[in-house]
Amino acid sequence: MSEHVERVGAGEIRLRLSREERELLRRLPRELRALVDGRPEAPDLRRLFPPAYEDPDSEAEYRRLTRGELVEGRREALRVLEETVGRDRLTEEDLHAWLGALNDLRLVLGTRLGVTAETYERELDPLDPRAHELAVYAFLTWLQEQVVEALADA
Amino acid sequence: MGSATLAPAEVELEEPVAEDEDARDRPWIVVVWDDPINLMSYVTFVFQKLFGYSREKATELMLQVHNEGKAVVSGGTREKAEADVSRLHAHGLWATMRQG
Repeated sequence: MSEHVERVGAGEIRLRLSREERELLRRLPRELRALVDGRPEAPDLRRLFPPAYEDPDSEAEYRRLTRGELVEGRREALRVLEETVGRDRLTEEDLHAWLGALNDLRLVLGTRLGVTAETYERELDPLDPRAHELAVYAFLTWLQEQVVEALADA
Repeated sequence: MGSATLAPAEVELEEPVAEDEDARDRPWIVVVWDDPINLMSYVTFVFQKLFGYSREKATELMLQVHNEGKAVVSGGTREKAEADVSRLHAHGLWATMRQG
């Protein structure tokens, strides 16, 4: 498989994605932001904000202290993805934001789809009513692997 | 596998916390749990980035999470553990903390 996310110099990464793929990557952050803003307690979002403590009082305090910052960091990563998705060259910093945004998109979509270890083994069934979302999930997984590889390559 | 040395017995979870000085002073541990969404390569990368672990050490911890369901990745004071957990949460990992 040819490299779609490739390190080409110090702090510079070349991006090769189709127009359809870029369109998808522009649309998904909008959808996730709408969900975070509109229904912050939606079950699909639970993997973005897992509990830290078993003890309910400590957990409530942890949420109070960290939730705002966690949401803000995620919004910022989604914003960078949206803003830079049309480019052919990314900075190292952009790519770190992409990595976080792609992981968040996969966490939410994967939670909605009920992804298990077997999901990765199965062939896509075009008649599956979830075929489109499964294909999107597979694309995000493939892209995230490439982003991790490019960053680990530093 | 050698999980017993890293993972304290589950019964300790049932103990009331901070009943006396000793309980308050016991260090906290940060546990990362296995999940089917976070990629193995990504988890390894995050361990390296957040804790400065070598590739070997980070891979070893990731494999422990993957094969045994969880691994202790850091620990210390309550403040330190909570900061580590929130950084792991910012990166989408399923992390919890408890007194070891």
